[in-house]
Parts: sequence; structure tokens; C-alpha cells
Amino acid sequence: MQKNLKFLIDQKEIEAAEGKTVLQAAAENGIKIPALCYHPDLKIKSNCRLCLVEIKGEKGLVPACRAIIKEGMEVKTRSEKIDRTRKVNLELLFAQHIEECDDCNLAKDCLLLGLAREYKANIQRFLDRKKNRKVYQFGPIVFDQTKCIDCRNCVEVCAEQSVGFLQSRGQGAGTEIFPSLCQERDCVYCGQCIMHCPVGAIEAAGEFENSEEFLKKDGKIKIFQFAPAIRASIGESFNLPAGSVVTGQLVAAIKALGADKVFDVSVAADFTTMEEAQELIEKIKSNTTPCLTSCCPAWVKYLEFNYPNLIDHLATTRSPQIIMGGLVKTYWAQKEKINPKDIMVISVMPCTAKKYEIQRKELEVNGLRPVDYVMTTRELAYLLKKKKINLAGIKPEAADSPMGDPSGAGVIYGASGGVVESALRTAYYKLTGKNLEKLEFEQVRGMDGIKKAEIDIEGKKIKIAVINGLGNAKKILEELKRDPKAYDAIEVMACPGGCIGGGGQPIPVSPKIRKQRAEALYLIDQGKANRLAHQNPDVIKVYEEFLNNDKIIHKVCHTSYNAKTKGEIKILKNSKETK
Amino acid sequence: MIIERLKKEGLKGRGGAAFPTGLKWEAVKNAKADKKYVICNASEGEPGVLKDLFILRKYPEEVIKGINLAMREIGSDSAYIFLNPKYFPKLEKKLKKAIKDLPIVLFKKPHGYICGEESTLLNVIEGKPKMPRLKPPFPTEKGLWDYPTLINNVETFYQAVQVAEGKYKAERFYTLGGKVKKKGIAVLPENFTVRQILEHTGNWPNFDFFVQVGGGMSGEILVSEELDRPAGGAGSIIIYKKNANPMKIMRKWARFFMNESCGQCVPCREGTFRLNEALKRKDFDRELVEDILFVLSEASLCPLGKGAAVPFIGYLNKIYAKKP
Repeated sequence: MQKNLKFLIDQKEIEAAEGKTVLQAAAENGIKIPALCYHPDLKIKSNCRLCLVEIKGEKGLVPACRAIIKEGMEVKTRSEKIDRTRKVNLELLFAQHIEECDDCNLAKDCLLLGLAREYKANIQRFLDRKKNRKVYQFGPIVFDQTKCIDCRNCVEVCAEQSVGFLQSRGQGAGTEIFPSLCQERDCVYCGQCIMHCPVGAIEAAGEFENSEEFLKKDGKIKIFQFAPAIRASIGESFNLPAGSVVTGQLVAAIKALGADKVFDVSVAADFTTMEEAQELIEKIKSNTTPCLTSCCPAWVKYLEFNYPNLIDHLATTRSPQIIMGGLVKTYWAQKEKINPKDIMVISVMPCTAKKYEIQRKELEVNGLRPVDYVMTTRELAYLLKKKKINLAGIKPEAADSPMGDPSGAGVIYGASGGVVESALRTAYYKLTGKNLEKLEFEQVRGMDGIKKAEIDIEGKKIKIAVINGLGNAKKILEELKRDPKAYDAIEVMACPGGCIGGGGQPIPVSPKIRKQRAEALYLIDQGKANRLAHQNPDVIKVYEEFLNNDKIIHKVCHTSYNAKTKGEIKILKNSKETK
Repeated sequence: MIIERLKKEGLKGRGGAAFPTGLKWEAVKNAKADKKYVICNASEGEPGVLKDLFILRKYPEEVIKGINLAMREIGSDSAYIFLNPKYFPKLEKKLKKAIKDLPIVLFKKPHGYICGEESTLLNVIEGKPKMPRLKPPFPTEKGLWDYPTLINNVETFYQAVQVAEGKYKAERFYTLGGKVKKKGIAVLPENFTVRQILEHTGNWPNFDFFVQVGGGMSGEILVSEELDRPAGGAGSIIIYKKNANPMKIMRKWARFFMNESCGQCVPCREGTFRLNEALKRKDFDRELVEDILFVLSEASLCPLGKGAAVPFIGYLNKIYAKKP
């Protein structure tokens, strides 16, 4: 059993579990110790030196992020000495960081700026050393070296993803973080670097300077769609606790922005489930497993770039947002007698790679992109705040029909394991003609990076691996090299915890926050009358009325993949000039 | 028992930190692991210190004997000599001859002051970036490839042999430099004061002076009234004329530390850069400089950053302030 230890922080008695650091114990007890390079997902680097505290009996200041608590220890988090080091250290940090606070990822939540106020740091004390450094854009990711404080969180997280695109070089003040020019490494646009940058040096294109542009396009019918994971995360941007479900408020807020219709991508996820379950069944029958999921565009690019020989195993089923966009511009447009060219489909996604996905040429339907614009959760929150729309206080509304009411299976797409669980519920039905007695697949839920399960469908054993985080994906792909038949179905989400931990989600994020977001999605599923994609009446109707032959199904619901070569790295004049 | 004798003689590390050698050997000996390493730190990266070069040239067999003694004592079958790249061509043959068939690898240190810091040294041998590790764990618990590792300076190994063979005379090797009459290495009792060392070697200046002891960059500044204490650090004594151009002196230090900072932590990466910048300016902003020195010494991650502030603080307080 874990022992609790008692000790003092600023003369207040604190109790915390053995093995915790002073920083963790303090945070749990509501005592703020500033820390920039610290992130609960990452290794302790202790390089920002802001969390230094005094511990009785220890020589000199000690970093709270590394000091392990001891019974009876006495910690001081403020003193003249500590405050002075923090003040000067902050001034030295600002010496490396150009302030562009008006249009920054972090805006009011900027830790650096808050600390500067608290410690009365003169943020202009030094001339900006990095003002002539570069601003890079690769795909939808913009990395502004002039804001970077060399903490290397992004380098670590990129390596953890086994992407290794962001690297550091140089020494001392010549240190720089830069995108690798190596032809064997390419960004997959997962955006985890953004999630782990403490100073907003990395953002997605469109965040935040251009976020209003598309709204100004006159004469277009604006169809919004929002991803499964958003409903359990965007509340955080409006001071609601993590895991708050705000589906109705989200719809209402988007309508208040000026949307003509708001559809739920979870309904499109039900279509994805239908198609993917079918693919899985066919792959099992033809002994061409494993079947790899393909709704995560960062994962797809990772595979196309690093493991092109496995492309044939990727499910050809399109991702939910693309299916929805395609249906809106075909099925729905016909029904409403609208020229699809007059429709603008805007997705709200927890993801930065979705901005890249919509540009894939092979996804076009009748010469049109299914989705015209992707905004991240953060972008939407930013825009709503700018328009003074308070999502937390708005009266909830239902999403529009006919694609507004998903099954529970469509909602859990936002959490790692959700796609496989949804597909299995439907595959079971397709194979046996019966529904599962117990719908929950507990083995594939949760935050573990690799989850394995074996499912028995009428004597046929199906081996499943569910993966979140590309570093974990690499392990399984390497395993496939040795044992190609190790699994029948493999779900991969590039981000930790799946889309709820996506690169477009509100900052900050932590294992705890991701868990709360995921649990919220499973709760929605549990509360749904219909939890099966194949029983969604909207889905059944569309299949009857429109998706009733292979040709049209293929056109709207399936795609193809190609081996990828390294993408372009652009150098911008400044971060405002995103392309 | 060699460890007991090291303790009894009170031998302390001669690389600069003066950690009791007996305790270090004991820690590695007692550490439970299926592999242990011994490393002889021969980087001697501190400008103004040349005694390890002197010892390796004159007594290579003794040093190898010391390494071998440590290996046997702690139960290690693998050792490295982490050798300064400038010394390498001069000493390679000699050392290889002394090593014979012992499992001691001669490792050519890459350029860079920080590489001599013991945890950076471990990273370098492992092929990792030239940056210090966070401590704890200390190398005695988790060193090379996470195995318990004994890291001692060249002179420490030499002296350990003297202890083992009953020849230890509680002496150390001093490097004398700067405006001295006779530059070079002097072997004198370790408890000699700086004054005694200067007098004994006939180096007491006939002009107003101050000294930097323990290292030519990170060493402490002492004025002539403060010399009744041992030299400490890596045992160097550098004499400066008291009226030497203060900016020239401080700029030399600042440029060195800026160029040698690894860039890992904020105070040192940015602080040494800003210190150098502040000293290049015509108007000397003392408040700013003192702020930077404060974070360097209080908040840096490794001894390099902390040590970078030492000469400036001493110089500003003892000499610069008193200038008319």
C-alpha cells in the first residue's frame, strides 16, 4: 500500500503519497510553484529553473520538479532569494521570446506572462536575441523560432512519437530547435508539439490570425460539423471542469457564429463503422489481415511515409469528417436542391492533421473537396470568445437533422479503442445476425498506449491491438515485420489517449485530463438508447436512399493511399504569413 | 584494506570538488551491480591547470597502477581514460605502453569545457549529447550505461597508489601561472597556504597583485591579504597585476563561459550570453551584471553555470569596487 507522508510547504502541513515530487505534492494541495519545462507527459528535464525552492538542510536551491518528498521535510516556495532568481530568470526567458500576445495559442492562459506580472519581471530588459530567427511551416504546423525558449519539450514529444522531425542543434546561445531536413524524417502533423510547448511557439496554420476569414465568404451555405471528441473538451476553454459534456451548448454556440446547419461527425463515424466493419470481415475471410484503421490522418501519413509496404492493410474507408463532407455535398445537396459548389463545409476537429487531410486530392467528390476548412477546438474557442459567445452559458440546441443524432458507438470514436469497439459491435452483427449481449469491450478502453485483446466471434478468434501514440505504433509495426499475422485488427490513433488528446485540443493537457475527457464519451455512449452504428435510423435511411450501390459507396466512403515523400518546409517572414 | 587507508590519509579528489576518495571508492564497491566501471578523468579542461599533463607525462605507470588498483578494489573489469584531445597525441604511445593488456580504453575527449564535467563525460562516452545529467543519481550509483562508476581525476589515482604503497606524503601538484616569475608545476604539501606556495617557489610578486586559485576560469579570486589558505580546486594559482584592465579580464572570462555553455538550462544559456553582451558595452551596468551572476550561481543546473559566476563575484567585490 502506498504510504502518505506529512511535511511542510511554506509552514503549511501537507500530506501526499510517497514517491511524489515536491512540485506534484504542491499542485495537489493547491500550492502554485511555477514550472515551464515540466509536463506530466514528459521526462523531468529541469532546464527552465523556475521551480527552484528552498528545502531545509539542502545546500542551495533545489528544483521542485525533481525533489522527492520526505517525511518532515520543510519546503519554502517563496523567499527573497527564490523570488529574485525567478524574476531574473523570467527576464532571461523573455530575452529569447518575441511577444505576440494578441494572437497566441495561449492568450490569457500564458504562464510566462502571468509569472512576469507576479514576479514583476521587466520583460523588455533585454533586446530580443532571436528576432531574426526563422518561422517555419510544414503542412499545417507553424513553428516560430523567435518565440522558442529551447526547453526541448517538442523535441522530446516528437521523438516519443517516433517521428523525430523536430530536433535541436548548436550549443549555448547558439542552440536552436529546427525541423529536420533529413529525407527519412517527416512531420505527420499530429500537433503534439503544440500541446507540449509552454510558450506558444508552435501553432497550427489558421490559428488564430485567419480564423475569421472563411466566415466572411458571402453567398456560401455554411455547414459546420464537429468531431466526437470536441463535446468533452471545449468546455475547458470556458472554465468548465475537464470531462464536462457540452454537446448542446457546442451546437448552439456554432449556430450563434452564423452556421446554417450543424451536423455531428459522430453520425458520420457510424458510416465509417459500417464500412470498416465490412472491410474487417472481408480481410478476415480472404486471409489478408491485419486490417489497420485509417481515420487518423497523422497515422495514415506516418504509415505512408515510414511503412509504405503496409499500405494495402489500411482500411480504405474514409474518415468520418470526409464521409460527412461528401454526403453533405451529394446526398444532402440533392435533397435540399442546392448546388454543391455553394456549400462550404467547415469541420471543428480536435486535430491539426485534419487540416492536412482535407487537402488530399484523392478525397475529392465530383471535383470538390468534401471539407473546405478545418478549425481546431482551440480555434473555435478563440473565435467564440472573440465574438463574445459564452459556450458555458448558452442554451443548448440539438444538432440538425438528418445527420445530427449519432449512436453511442459514433461518440466513442473520440477515445482510443472507440473505433475498434464500434466496428466490433457492428461486425459481430454482420457475421452472426445478432447483437452482442454485452456491448462494452473493456480490454480496449483506457489510457494504456498498447492494448491487446482476443475476441471470439462464434468460434473465430480475432486478435486485436489498440494503440495510441505513434511511438507505440512503431513497436507494433516492427512486430508485424517479424510476425505478419500477429493481429487481425489494429486501431491506431497518433495522439495519446486518441482524439481526446489530439493536437488541436485545449491546452493544457495531462494524463488526468485525457482520462476525464474519455470517460465523458463513454458515459454518453452508456446513456444512449441506440449504441450501434447499424441501428442508427439516419444511417439506415442514407444507405437505402443513396448509398445503395458499390459505385456510390466507393465514391463517397472509400479512398486510396500512396507512399509519401518528404513534404516541403517553408520559411515564412513571420507567423502571420501562414500559407 | 585500501579504502580504509584512503580514508585514514584523508585523500580528497584532485579534480576540483575535493570529494573524499575513500568514500567514493566505498560507494562504488558497495553498489550492487553485475558490472562496474572506472574512469580516469584526464580532460583537464580548465585553462591554467596543467598538472595532469605533467603527471601523465612523468608517471604514466603510476596512474595506470592506480586505475588498476581501483578496478580490483571495486570489482570492475573495464576502465576508460578520458583524455584531453590536445594531450592525446603527446601521450597516446606512453599510456598504451603502460596499459599493456589491461582492460583500459584510451578515450579521446571531444573539444569543449563541459565535457570534463563528470556526468557530461558519461554522456559523451555513451554517444549522447554533450550535456550534464541531472543529479542525483550520482555516477557512483548510476554512471556509465547506468552502472555504478568510479570517476577520479588523474592525480587522485596517482595519489591513491602512493597511499597503497605507503609513500603518500600529503602533497599535491600545483600549477603556477599568470604573472609569475617561474611558471610550471610545483609539488608541495597540500596544506600549504597560497602565500607559502608563492614564497616557497620564489614567486611572491614585487607588485600589487591578486590571484585566481583553483582554476583559470572558474577559480576564486583572492587579494594578497587573503592568501593564508590553501589553493583548493584543481590546485592552480594564477597571478594578475592588480591594475590590469578590468574589462579585459572580465571579457575574457565571459567569452569563455558563453562559448562553453552547453545551452541546456536558462540561467547559463541566456545568462552567459547576456553577461558577455553587458561587458561589451561601454557603460558598465553593474546591477544587471549582478543579477545575472546571481541566477548563474543560484539557479544553474550544473557546476559549470554555478562556477561561471565565481570569478566575477570575487573580482567585482574585492577589486573592481575598490578601484578609484
